[in-house]
Formats: sequence, structure tokens, C-alpha cells
Amino acid sequence: MSLWEYANPVKFLGLSARVQPYLWAAAAICVVVGLVWGFFATPDDFRQGSTVKIIYLHVPAALMAINAWFMMLVASLIWLIRRHHVSALAAKAAAPVGITMTVIALVTGAIWGQPMWGTWWAWDPRLTSFLILFLFYLGYIALWEAVDDPDTAADLTSVLCLVGSVFAVLSRYAVKFWNQGLHQGTSVPVATGGRTVSDVFFYPLVISMVGFGLLFLALVLYRTGTEIRLRRARALLARSKKEA
Amino acid sequence: MIALLHRDLMLAFRAGGGFGLGLAFFLIVTVLVPFSVGPQSELLSTIAPGVLWLGALLACLLSLDRLLALDFEDGTLDLLATAPLPLEAALSIKALSHWLTTGLPLVLAAPVLGLMLNLAPDGYLWLIASLALGTPALSVIGAFGAALTVGIKRGGLLMSLLVLPLYVPTLIFGAEAARRGAMGLDGTTPLILLAGITLGTIALMPFASAAVLRMTLR
Amino acid sequence: MTLCIHDLAVARGGVPVLSGVSFEIAPGAALILRGPNGAGKTTLLRTIAGLQPALSGQIDGADETIAYAGHADGLKAMLSVTENLTFWAQVFGNSDIEPALAAYQLDPLRDRLAGTLSAGQKRRLGLARLMVTGRPVWVLDEPTVSLDADAVAMFASAVTAHLRAGGMALIATHIDLGLNAATFDVAPYRAKADQRSGASDEAFL
Repeated sequence: MSLWEYANPVKFLGLSARVQPYLWAAAAICVVVGLVWGFFATPDDFRQGSTVKIIYLHVPAALMAINAWFMMLVASLIWLIRRHHVSALAAKAAAPVGITMTVIALVTGAIWGQPMWGTWWAWDPRLTSFLILFLFYLGYIALWEAVDDPDTAADLTSVLCLVGSVFAVLSRYAVKFWNQGLHQGTSVPVATGGRTVSDVFFYPLVISMVGFGLLFLALVLYRTGTEIRLRRARALLARSKKEA
Repeated sequence: MIALLHRDLMLAFRAGGGFGLGLAFFLIVTVLVPFSVGPQSELLSTIAPGVLWLGALLACLLSLDRLLALDFEDGTLDLLATAPLPLEAALSIKALSHWLTTGLPLVLAAPVLGLMLNLAPDGYLWLIASLALGTPALSVIGAFGAALTVGIKRGGLLMSLLVLPLYVPTLIFGAEAARRGAMGLDGTTPLILLAGITLGTIALMPFASAAVLRMTLR
Repeated sequence: MTLCIHDLAVARGGVPVLSGVSFEIAPGAALILRGPNGAGKTTLLRTIAGLQPALSGQIDGADETIAYAGHADGLKAMLSVTENLTFWAQVFGNSDIEPALAAYQLDPLRDRLAGTLSAGQKRRLGLARLMVTGRPVWVLDEPTVSLDADAVAMFASAVTAHLRAGGMALIATHIDLGLNAATFDVAPYRAKADQRSGASDEAFL
């Protein structure tokens, strides 16, 4: 039995229907435990006060924002090479989740940055990279929406995802280079400020990260299922029109 | 290949071909900047390299939707796809003619506009060098964006959305080289990185563009 | 050198329109393609010309041999008749455009901009393009649209000359060109509704 069997939409729907309840439950437990523990059961940081607690939202969201793109990249490659529809639709389904995670990371970062750095936004390499990632997500989703034929849309967005990944990496290094060049040894304490994490902060953070990962997985499975059903409905509609 | 280049250039120079539109846009944007930020020559001098780079980038972007859309509408792309010329070569040539009619004039006009923005005397050479090295990448990346959106009605805005993020590295290194030059520093490092990006995109992007164009022509 | 189509299935927008299409065109022969509107003639021709992939089946002898003319002529309004024709000749590695100009009586128009030509004249120019490609197989989709009787006669004699020189032609048309050619009706090959194998959305059923 090969993993590729689940590239068949019907089999995929069956498996994902069986897995999803557990996945949702596990995700909910991890997110709730991680956040509640993080918000209420950890001490305030001696330097950052209670603001540090936004880390339990910020870091997992940022992590998933990048991993979602990575997942889309792998799914796009699978579509281009093996032409499994589920793969293309999974990439399509992951994009809105990824962009939401990016926005959460950016917004929580701004809320965290305001009391810490005295500014909502700084053109720090890390922040700027996320802004660029946001733009890439935006373009990817817009291209999916703009192309009528679903297979052509899958082809085009897959290539865009590949090319975009290369340019996203290039941008990351360009941005690092650019800001050093501007500030000549910056004095702004960067998002690593809260990363001197001791165990008290670390365990809830890990639980929260796992929770966000599971949540992402559940959301993508759910959304992929919706996309598959949409395609199925369209396929059936096309057949019934032809017979009539 | 030369025939295609010759034809594209001829079309650009004929009436309605759009040659000079990009240049005029570049000029107007640059002239509008002092109106929006104020006439202090020190401030203008500081932002001049960045403004000129951004203006050049937008001027390139503006002319991109003519790159393939007209050939798509009149069926030329279909016929080119069945011609002995590989699509990769055809797209490279189209990007080259786009650069010759848009990028190159921008490079030549930039020093004049630099004068108007009070660019530091040291900066001119760096500005020209960075634009000359960077604008070919803008054309080649733009050809990819044009190929992605050629079959889409009113794809112009979508193309901007897709192409602009891809322009980020080029813009950063290009403007950085020009800015360092204008501040009297050595801009060699960003210039070399910029050249690397340009050469890399010229070598690889036509394959992605041609693959995408085959998908849209189908 | 023969153009061989064997058991070809083609799709439009991911839905199969024709299946099991087989025919051969030998040098010096022409085949007239017939069928009602929307039957898939254009899709079949585009597939044979290599502009879109076939669902299944084989196309032999189509590599670098086909000159395709679809609904659009690929003309630039701001270039003159000779400039348009010279461009296509050069793309295909030729240079002599005079026979093509003569065959479609474009000589008096040679310096006119293509944008100022009438629809029929544009079509004549688009068909003249076929002669400068030097390709042996002409694949033509409704070539006589907007041509008057004289121009149709010009086209018919150009095709005849091409065939006499050992060329081949595959023409989708509804009018009688007076050519000595076999006819191929696509209607019986229409893909059945239950014959959904190969459709791009097949996996979802």
C-alpha cells in the first residue's frame, strides 16, 4: 500500500473524515492548554513585564506562516510532477490559512513591539521578510482566483510558488543585507529579545506551537475537502448538462 | 531571433507602439516627488537614489502588460509557438526588446533626473551602473509575470501584484548600491550581488516563463 | 513523410470532445474536415499543431512540419504588408516573399499598413504567411472566412500548387473549395457523455 493511494480524492476524503475529529480535538486541547498556561500560569518577565506573554500567539503563528508556504511548495511540486489533484487543491487550501497566520504574526508583533521598542513597526529584517511573505501569499491567492480553468490555475500557481520561493529566499538575504547596511550595527533589540526563554516560558510555548501545527493541519484537511467537493460537484454538473 | 527583435523594436517605435511612455512616466514621477516631500535640497539629495530606482522600477512595470498581451490578442503567440523558434528564445528576445525600449532609456535619462533631485556628485556613476545592471533583471522577471497573466482579462493589475514582490531583491541591491555611492561609500558589494541576480534571472527565468506560457496558450 | 493520426482523443477545457480519431494524409493529398459548430474541429487542429496536449493517441509526422493558421492572423497593424510577411518568413528561416505576394495578389498593397486593410485583405495576407513558412503540412481552421469568391479561388489555387509540390493540407471548412480531396466528418467521433476517461476532472467522480 502506497502513500500515493490517498492522492485519489475519494480515498483522501474518507481518510481525512476519519482523522479530522481527533485532529480537531488534539489541536483544540494543545492550543487552549498552551495559551491558558502561557497567559495565566507563567510569571511576568523581569524585563518585559506581562507583554512577553504575546509570545504564545506570535511565535507559533510565525512558525506556521513559513511552514504553510513550505507545504504549498512541496504540494506544488507533487502536482507538477505527478499531477495529483488533491495535492494542487491542498496547496490552494493552505494559502488562506498561511496568509492568516502571517497577518497574526505581523499584528501580534506590532502589538508586542509597541511597548518594547516604542514603535509599532520597524524595518527590521525579520519583520520586513514577513511583510514580503504576506505579499507573496497575496499574489498566489489572487492568481488562483483569476484563472477560470482549475487545472491551468493549478499549473500556473504551482510555477508561481516555485519561482516565488526562490525569490522569497533571495529577498530574505537581500533584506538582511539591506538593513545592516542602513543601520551599521543596529541597536534595536530584535524579536530575539524574548528568546532567552527559561523552562517556565518554554513548555507552554512548545505546546502552543504543536497546537498551531495541528490546527493548521486540521484546517488544511477541512478546506481541501471543501475544494474537492466543489470540483466533484462541478464535474457532476458538467456531466449532467451534457447528457441532458 | 533577430527578425523578432527587429519587429518588436520597429513596433515600439511606430506610432502607438508605446516607446517613450515609460520614460515620460519616469520623468513625471520624479518631478512629482519634490512636490510631495518639499523642496529642501538636502532631503531630496538623501532620497534621490531611492526615488530614481523606484521610478525606474514602476516605469518598467507600466510597460509590461504590452509585452505579450498584444501578441496574444492578434494570434501571434499561437503562431510563434508553432514556429521553429523555441518559446524560451522568443521570450528572451521579447524581454531584451522590452529592456532596449524601456530599461535602457531609463538608464540614460536617470542622470538628468538626478540633477533635478540634487543627487550627490559621487553618486552618478553608481546610479548609472546599478540601473544598467539591474534593469535587465526587471525586464526578464516582468516577462515571467506577463506570461502568467496573458490569458486573463484585465490581468494588468494582477500582474503588478505578482511581479512587485519578485522585484524586491533587485530593488534592494540596486538602490543600496546607488545610495552607498551617493553617500561616498563603496557600493561594490551590492553591485556584485545585483549583477548576480541579473545574470541568474537571465539564465533561468526564460524557462519558467516559457513553461507558463505553454500552459496559458493551451 | 506522412501525417498519421492514430486513435486521437482531444479535450477542450478539460472535457473530452472527440475520441478515436484516426486518419492519414499522404504527400500531395488534402483532407477536408467537416462537422457542426462546436464539434471540436478547432480543438482537433490545435492539438495536431501542437498547441495543446492530446488526451491519448498518437500524432506522427507533425514535428516541425506544420504551418498553422487559426482564426487570428498574427498581423501587426502598424507594420506594412511586406514587413509582416518578411517577419514570418525570417522566423521560419526563409527570405523570398514574392511568390506569396503574387499568389494572393497582394503586390498593389505591399506598402500599406496591415491595419488599413479590409478584413478580406487581412485574411489573404494571413494565408500568404503559410507560403513563406516552407512547412509541408498546412493546418487551416476556417481559412475562407471573410474572403470573396475571387479570393477563395486564389486560396484554392494556392492549396493546389502546394499539394502539387508534395505538400499536405488539413482544412476545416464549410464551403466547397473545388479541391480534389477526401472529406472527414468529425461528428461520429464525438466523445460520449459516459466516455469520461481522460477528462481532467475524472478523478473526482
